[in-house]
Amino acid sequence: MQKHLLAAGLLTLALPAMAETPVLTVLTYDSFTSEWGPGPAVEKAFEETCACDLRFVPAGDGAALLARIQLEGAASDADVVLGLDTSLTGAASATQLFAPHGKNPALNLPVDYADPLFLPFDWGWFAFVYDKTKVTEPPKSFEALAASDLKIVIQDPRSSTPGLGLLLWVKAAYGDRAGEVWKALSDNIVTVTPGWSEAYGLFLEGEADMVLSYTTSPAYHLIAESDDSKAAALFDEGHYMQIEVAGKLAATDQPELADKFLDFTLTDAFQSALPQTNWMYPAVTPASGLPEGFDSFRPAKSLLMTPEEAQAARDPALAEWQAALAR
Amino acid sequence: MLQLDRLTITQGDFRLAADWSAPAGSRIAVMGPSGAGKSTLLSVISGFFPQTSGRVLWQGQDLSPIPPGERPVTILFQDQNLFPHLTVAQNLGLGFRPDLRLTAADNARIEEALRRVGLEGLGPRRPAQLSGGQASRAALARALLRARPILLLDEPFAALGPALRGEMLGLVREVADETGALVLMVTHDPQDALALGGETAFVAEAVVHPPVSTAELLANPPPGVRDYLGNK
Amino acid sequence: MASRARPLTLAAPALAALLLALVAAPLAAVGWRGAGLSLGPADWAAVRFSVTQAILSAVFSTLLAIPVARALARRRFTGRTALITLMGAPFLLPAVVAVLGLLAVFGRSGLLNQLLIALGLPPISIYGLHGVVLAHIFLNLPLATRMILQAWLALPSERIRLAQSLGFGPGETFRHLERPMLREVLPGVALVILVICLTSFAVVITLGGGPSATTIELAIYQAVRFEFDLGKAAALAGVQLALGTGAALAAWFLTRPAGFGAGLDRELRLTAFGGWRLWGDAVALTAAGLFLALPLAAVLLRGVPGLADLPASVLPAAGRSILVALASALLTTTTALTLALAAARRSRPLIEAAATLPLATSGLVLGTGLFLLIQPLAPPTTLALPVTILVNVALSLPYLYRILLPETRALHEDYGRLADSLSLQGWPRLRWLVLPRLARPLGFGAGIAAALSMGDLGVIALFAGEHQATLPLVVSQLTGAYRMEAAASAALILVTLSFALFWAFDAGGRRAAA
Repeated sequence: MQKHLLAAGLLTLALPAMAETPVLTVLTYDSFTSEWGPGPAVEKAFEETCACDLRFVPAGDGAALLARIQLEGAASDADVVLGLDTSLTGAASATQLFAPHGKNPALNLPVDYADPLFLPFDWGWFAFVYDKTKVTEPPKSFEALAASDLKIVIQDPRSSTPGLGLLLWVKAAYGDRAGEVWKALSDNIVTVTPGWSEAYGLFLEGEADMVLSYTTSPAYHLIAESDDSKAAALFDEGHYMQIEVAGKLAATDQPELADKFLDFTLTDAFQSALPQTNWMYPAVTPASGLPEGFDSFRPAKSLLMTPEEAQAARDPALAEWQAALAR
Repeated sequence: MLQLDRLTITQGDFRLAADWSAPAGSRIAVMGPSGAGKSTLLSVISGFFPQTSGRVLWQGQDLSPIPPGERPVTILFQDQNLFPHLTVAQNLGLGFRPDLRLTAADNARIEEALRRVGLEGLGPRRPAQLSGGQASRAALARALLRARPILLLDEPFAALGPALRGEMLGLVREVADETGALVLMVTHDPQDALALGGETAFVAEAVVHPPVSTAELLANPPPGVRDYLGNK
Repeated sequence: MASRARPLTLAAPALAALLLALVAAPLAAVGWRGAGLSLGPADWAAVRFSVTQAILSAVFSTLLAIPVARALARRRFTGRTALITLMGAPFLLPAVVAVLGLLAVFGRSGLLNQLLIALGLPPISIYGLHGVVLAHIFLNLPLATRMILQAWLALPSERIRLAQSLGFGPGETFRHLERPMLREVLPGVALVILVICLTSFAVVITLGGGPSATTIELAIYQAVRFEFDLGKAAALAGVQLALGTGAALAAWFLTRPAGFGAGLDRELRLTAFGGWRLWGDAVALTAAGLFLALPLAAVLLRGVPGLADLPASVLPAAGRSILVALASALLTTTTALTLALAAARRSRPLIEAAATLPLATSGLVLGTGLFLLIQPLAPPTTLALPVTILVNVALSLPYLYRILLPETRALHEDYGRLADSLSLQGWPRLRWLVLPRLARPLGFGAGIAAALSMGDLGVIALFAGEHQATLPLVVSQLTGAYRMEAAASAALILVTLSFALFWAFDAGGRRAAA
């Protein structure tokens, strides 16, 4: 294998570029950095003010991010991690790889949220999305859904963050009755997919009447495809939230630049890029307001476990889920 | 001189021993019952099968460490003597230029060899377009080109009719005369042995006996040979 | 053997050792970082399900491929070449694309159910173990068919002529020609499919219908991604590897050389028996053709509308993918040929292991381990493409080795002695014997390697930097951002390119052999 040789060669090629401008490396999920994600606009805006080179390193999805940080440990080149969510921050804190951000910004979140290590940048509510032309009377609760003939497709909590979110949602809403609810739901579940995109794809192909996604999903179809047929079913139990956060790594060699970037994530330049690229609610509502459709499906009640609760609830809830759905 | 020096070959139950020598240019038919080890003997001499003990020497040199293609040997197998995907001319070219970088002179040599075996103009053909006799001629033409001092024939003409076989044996004699090669030819047929003209090494009861004059052997067969020949 | 060691025979063990290291070192690196190797009941349930679905998938794919391959071997009809070429396509589809294609036919609102409902029959559900097996048959039946067909076509015409001259009927032909040939080829075919299905992931979860359809690969994914339990991941990968080894050993014991000997390359086709057998063949071909073509057509139809407004990043990504595919194909073919030529002389456990184990390797553990190994040496993103190529070579090598080994064996048996007696060694032997005789399987194999590398995203996801995405990664990014139509179009481009590469190599090989 010529790996070492090759590595050395590539390393020398990369060296000259490192010398001049400081580089801020931000580890984030793939879709953030893609051409159609917020990455390009954000990079441009930050580089205009920072006299630095902002580099996004994509690392799969949110869960992959955490695994990546743990793999790299203190040797990581990354300075900031962008895109962990609230079901992962408990485990992320436990790694002791993150440094406190020391900020206390005002945020437009439906719940109080403060974490010394992680700063929210966007958020959303999980919800079952359906096609209004096919489902005329959407269920108003998990129990109503379970009692109906509606077919749903969900994500596997063992491989996907929305799947894990749903698990915690049912747990937060029903507590000890969660197992019962899952049992009742089992005949509605067409299948369980490894990730969000497979589930959403199956739903769009007509394989299911409803899919676990976000309350903002219909806004995508409305804005990007001028299609107003999609809607999110609002449940009386309340809707579990996903908050996406950013954190500074303790081992960063650019602590000031990293702080500057964390501040930047809550400015208008960053926040206004989010709604129509990430299709989530910005943590600080931009001056221009929210795009069309973002106010169409607002749950009355928000559910969210603390990182500690979420971490403690995960394994038992998973066992409950597996037992209820085993055929 | 070809020397089989206390040669023994063992494989499972099978055993074969030979301990004799023959001068360069000899014509030796190797005859004996099926399964006696005639082909095995040729395999050992050509380097495809290792002997158990003893040595094979050519002009005093031990052949054991030499790979098959570099031995002073040309061998014609029972079948598969030509590569089907190459032309007849290419098959001949491989005999002396394995990389097939053939010069005009090489091509002229090939054409001459083909003419000698009666295959004039058939160089561009593929083996599948040849008859059985023609394929044997092509293989002999290659032996002519290789001009190695030992020519081993492992029943290459077994599938041909008597008349054709006679022609081939004539051709073998011509090739041998021209190259001065020692010929070892496996055969079942005493007539072939006679036609080769020379000696016969009889293989029986795990021993390759030293070659003796074929005419005398057939005129005055010892008991083992008589049994093999039947009522002739 | 009185032959001296040649560069080729020395290169093979070295390559085999490198390959084994490429499989073992990352696994060891992951295990090293983990704390203790322990598996719970849920993990063993995943192991059981993996094995069950893999065995079912392998058995059905292989058995169903026999009539299709036989029909293709003994019939000549318009579109036969097209059908054989089509056989390459499903195998090359990314799993998620294949699933969506299948759902268009077998899904809840798919073609089949619409037909059933129109006929007043109850609809069927594809979700469950049977759906998993169905998808695996869709993906692997073509591969099995091609491998078996290859063996059928390699029956020497002399043997066929003998059979025809003896007036063999279908029964005798089967007993004396086809059964020994199948006996030789089927264990290898089943093995390859079994091991592919063992590590299958997205297909199994998506169509499995629930958590009981959990495979080892999902358990590994969970261990790495959510629990960061690298010890468990390594233990699971070890179990998967052990199962793969067990399957390889079983196949090795079951394989019986058919020993047909060489022919003279005369074109001769098996007797095309008439009567009900003609109809049987027609049914087998039609059914297989429809089964393969309909989901493919669905993939095509889904992809076409979005072609016009694809994001710009698709183009450079496609370029990178082609580059990776070509480099992987070249390296894999060279390596596989070296190994297969060496193994043809005599059976070599080291080579056999090196050429089989990568199949049973967990892509995630391989990637994670390589990441752990490389990170102290260089930023992993700088090595994204070389590492991807390396992993593609390791992962596609087993297919090529299986394809080439019977051919190198036959070559050795039929022409080894003649070539040796003429001192045909080294480059001339390669140039004048090996390459011309093996052009067909080499082309087919290189095509498979190129296409597999085109579709792979196992490792690139861990290593890719900002502007290094390959086409499969772009497809997955598009689906992750609601852009299903663009994703379908990018997937169509991916499939088309894979297929074009496969076709170019395959046809090139066939032309060179002709």
